[in-house]
Parts: sequence; structure tokens; C-alpha cells
Amino acid sequence: MALELSGVEKTVAGRPHIHRTDLRLEKGTMNVLLGATLSGKTTLMRLMAGLEAPSVGRILWDGRDVTGMRVQDRNVAMVYQQFINYPSMSVYDNIASPLMLTRRPRAEIDRAVRATAEMLQLTPLLQRRPLELSGGQQQRCALARALVKGAGLVLLDEPLANLDYKLREELRQEIPKIFEASGAIFVYATTEPEEALLLGGRTATLWQGRVTQFGPTPDVYRRPKDAITARVFSDPPMNFLEVVKTGGRLRFADPTHGGGAGGGGGADQLVFAAMAGLADGPYTLGFRANHLRLSDPGPGALRFATRVAVTEITGSETFVHLDHGPSRWVALVHGVRDLAPGAAQPAFVDPAQVYAFGPDGALAATAAYATAA
Amino acid sequence: MARTKAKSRAINGSAVVMTLYLLFLLVPIYWLVVMSLKTNEEILSSFSLWPRQVSLANYAKIFTDPSWYMGYVNSLIYVVENTVISIAVALPAAYAFSRYSFLGDKHLFFWLLTNRMAPPAVFALPFFQLYSSVGLFDTHIAVALAHTLFNVPLAVWILEGFMSGVPKEIDETAYVDGYSFPRFFIRIFMPLIASGIGVAAFFCFMFSWVELLLSRTLTSVDAKPIAAVMTRTVSASGMDWGLLSAAGVLTIVPGALVIYFVRNYIAKGFALGRV
Repeated sequence: MALELSGVEKTVAGRPHIHRTDLRLEKGTMNVLLGATLSGKTTLMRLMAGLEAPSVGRILWDGRDVTGMRVQDRNVAMVYQQFINYPSMSVYDNIASPLMLTRRPRAEIDRAVRATAEMLQLTPLLQRRPLELSGGQQQRCALARALVKGAGLVLLDEPLANLDYKLREELRQEIPKIFEASGAIFVYATTEPEEALLLGGRTATLWQGRVTQFGPTPDVYRRPKDAITARVFSDPPMNFLEVVKTGGRLRFADPTHGGGAGGGGGADQLVFAAMAGLADGPYTLGFRANHLRLSDPGPGALRFATRVAVTEITGSETFVHLDHGPSRWVALVHGVRDLAPGAAQPAFVDPAQVYAFGPDGALAATAAYATAA
Repeated sequence: MARTKAKSRAINGSAVVMTLYLLFLLVPIYWLVVMSLKTNEEILSSFSLWPRQVSLANYAKIFTDPSWYMGYVNSLIYVVENTVISIAVALPAAYAFSRYSFLGDKHLFFWLLTNRMAPPAVFALPFFQLYSSVGLFDTHIAVALAHTLFNVPLAVWILEGFMSGVPKEIDETAYVDGYSFPRFFIRIFMPLIASGIGVAAFFCFMFSWVELLLSRTLTSVDAKPIAAVMTRTVSASGMDWGLLSAAGVLTIVPGALVIYFVRNYIAKGFALGRV
């Protein structure tokens, strides 16, 4: 059993919402759609569900063309970011409603409803109305309704986005367990890279209506195909630095050398192992916030002169925003660090944690730490 | 004088205003009820705040004389017909306006409301001629259909407001669950906008119940509404004040009953559901 999107495109009022997409989702897999708001996650899900028809291309279910088939006739379930239940029915009737339409015997429906309610801890609430429940319970009810019918394709569109932190943690731990029990194809849309990593499975990164990469989640994280994927799958976004490689040296604009504020001057660094084999020319270096350090990690580290812009203290960690010439970097450091804005601050990166992207954005050299794993 | 002023200030000021307001509001209705319980001689001969001799003869006449009570029956028939037709037509129309965007939908929606800007009298002549020529004259359905011209736009506007308050995701969830459109509409959607349907039905009922010109023009004998019966009670012996008052009291009753049932939703209805 597999869902296949073959050359699917969606254009609304002349504007492309989804560019040509080919995806194959296998049975019993958790698939994460990762992308910022308006990147096309919801549209892609609606195409998979059959709520919208693609402008071009076909959608295949087990090799059978289901492109024009009504959503009622497909075996899908969907949960939205908003808590969508039928307010006029009790929780029990809500969960039972998809089964009622299949004309199964009442006793069987009752068993299925109670089993699903038990799994989602809704048993004491079955006689209540959805609007009398808390947000987390309402979303549990929506999840129960999606799971009870045993659909082959379960679409979860940012199901935890409207919940508070604690409930989100709780449900996020439950969803993979529920998923394993069902054996269906799960599709989970989220804007948070962290959520994708926690859910595991396979991840498709989306950027402006394009799937930039699709593969096992850790692989996509460690070996992004291009700079865009790296930026999407990184929170805070990946830091970038434009460099020019000539022979054994990298040149980049450094505000503290030469031209001053204009940034006309250049600074050199020695080319590191991963880039040694690359042709000369311009490259974009990328490194994650947790790899940008404020203290010297040891010999061989790349050293940059930066200025502190803002510090954001989140508790056990601090986000330090640093200005390096025209670009703004973020460093994630442990503990509470209070740095004065405007102060000069050296920043360091271990070359083993640096990705190099070519001028077209494609990955030219993977960070050494990622290939080792 | 000074003492009464001091005393009224001692009492809750807003209660005084409220009492006066209610008093002025209720005087005409009180006067109508009192007149209906008096005899014509008492009404015409003297001034009295309450009937010296309570008489139910006026009511007895209305309930026993078919030319009177059939007026109520006729009115109720075409009012109910009109309400049912208006709501049945407005529900799908309002759903389309609230859920789909199509060419000229905004203009069409506004145009609907402009139908209410013309006075009913404008339409009395074409309706009379049209219905006479197709044999609908003096039937209940004729009046009901004529009133839909005014009630359907209003019902569409009210229902559209209520429907737009229901998230579109509920529709989609129902389709994903396997509901067909008619089943979803009746089982899931209508209960969600039940109060809107109630309010829309109330406005249709009220308009149709109080409208006089069209209903009198389009009927003669068989479908004569109560309001028309009341305008034709000037006889050779003069006006029958008591009888008219009793008919007036009975005409208020259905409206009051309907208002009682939708009292909690009226404000939302006046705002066309957009609260």
C-alpha cells in the first residue's frame, strides 16, 4: 500500500501554489512535511486527501489512479490545527460518526469507539460535548475520530500548534505510539524542525511550494541537499557566510579588516579538509546556531570578528545574535549569558561542522561530523 | 413638591425611568385589551380606565363567526407557507454565498438586499395582474410567494452570517469522514446554525404576518387575511370598536409567542448573524 504523487502541480488563479512534485509515501511510515507558513504544506495535504484536485499530475493509491475520486470514497482521515469536532454531538457520537456511515453492526462500532477513547484517555469524557472540553481534550477527540475508522492515510495538519507547551509535549509523545499501532500512512505537517526530529520517520522539506528534499529525517537533517533545505530544517535558521575559494585560502568580507564599515576588505582563512577537493570559486558556508561558539574550541577553528546585536535568554540556553558585516548570525550557547549589545565578540566554528554550498545553492561539501555518523 | 422630589431621589433613579418607560410603552396595548373587554356603549359613552362590566362577547363573536376566525386561519396558512418556502430556498443560497466564491458573488449578494428597498406597493400591481392571469388570485400560495420576494433576501443575509461563523474545516472533516453533502448538511450543519434558522424564520414570520397591502390585494374571499377582515368592519351602524379591539389583541398573540421562543437570538439576528 502506498500513496504516490506523480508530477502533481497546483495553480490557483494563475499563481503556482505547488510546483511539480513527485512523492511516494510507503505503508506504515511516518512522513513529516516541514516548512514555514505558506510553504504549501496544507495544500499538499489537501491534494493528498482529495479535498482539492491537482491542476496537473496524478495521485495514485496502490498504483490505482484516484486523482478525480471524491474524498468520501477515499479511505483518508484528517486532523486540523484548529480543534474541529461536531459541536452538536457528544464525544462518543463524534468518534462514532465515521463508523456510523459504514453501516457496521452497532456492537462492533461501540467496541471500536471505546477502544480508541481508551487509547486517547477520553473514556471519562464520552458523554460530554466537545466545547465543554479543554483544548488538549478537543484535539484528542479529533484524533480519535481520525483513527477510529482505520483509514489508510491519516493527515495531521499542525495538530499541536494551537496547544500549550505542556499538552504539546504530552501528545507529541503519544502520536508516534498511536501511529505504530495503526499501520497506516501518517503525514504530519509542522513548522518546527525540532518536531520533525522528534517524530523521526521520513521528512519532506517544503519551500515556496516546492519539495526540496525527501528522505529519512536524520539524513535530511545531516545532509541537506541545498542551502534552502538546510535553512528550512534548522531552528534558528542556519547561519551563512559568502566566501571565495582561491587555491588553499578562503576569502570573505570581514568588517574588522581593511575597509571598515563599508566591508570592502577581506579576511583569509585556511581551506579545511572537506573543501580541499573543491574547485576554486564562490561558495556559501553554512553552520547551525549550536555550532557557532563564543569561546575558542581549539586549534583549526575558523575565527570571526562579530558584534553582539541582541541576546535572548530562554532559561538554560541563550540565543546570541551577532552581526558579521551585513549578515546576522545566531549562536546558541548554554547557560545564561548577558552580553552588552554592540560589544565586539569573537566567534568560532569548528570546520568539521561547516557545510559548503555552491553558487547554485546545491550542497558541495558536507560537514565532516554528518558523514561520520 | 420639594418633598416628592427628595423622595424620588431616594428611590432608585433608574427604576423610575424604567417604570415610566414601560408605562408609556404599554398604554396603547393596555387600552386595546381594555377596549376589547368593554361593550361598544361603554367605549363610546364615557372615559374609564378599566371596564365597569367585563364582557367576553367580542371574543366569542370572533371564535364563532367563520368570516372572522377564517381570517386568522388564512393568515396563518400563508405565513407558514411563506416561512417554509423562504427558509428552504435561503438555506442553499446562503450556503453557496458563505462557502464558494463565484463570478459576481458580492454583487449578487448585495443585489439581494436591494429587493427590500422597494415598498411592497410597487409590486402590488404586477403581482395582481400576473397572479390573476395564471389563476393564482385569492389563494394562500399567491400571498406566500409574493412575500418571498422580501423574505428570501433577508433570510439569505441572516443565514449567511450564521453560516460564515462555522469553520469551513467542519465541512471538510465531514466529507473526509464519509458524509455525503445532503447528509452532512442535515445531520451536522443545520444543528450548528439552528439558532440562525430560528431567527430567520422569525423575521419571515413577522414580515408576512404584519404585511397588509399585498395580502389584501391578492385575496378576496377564500384566502382573506385577518388584517384585511379588520379593515372591513365599518358597517351601517358605525364602527364595532370592541370587536376590532378583540381582533387586534388576538393578532398580537402569535407574534408575541414567536418572539418569546427566539428572544435569546434576536439581537444576533438583527446584526445579521455577524456578532
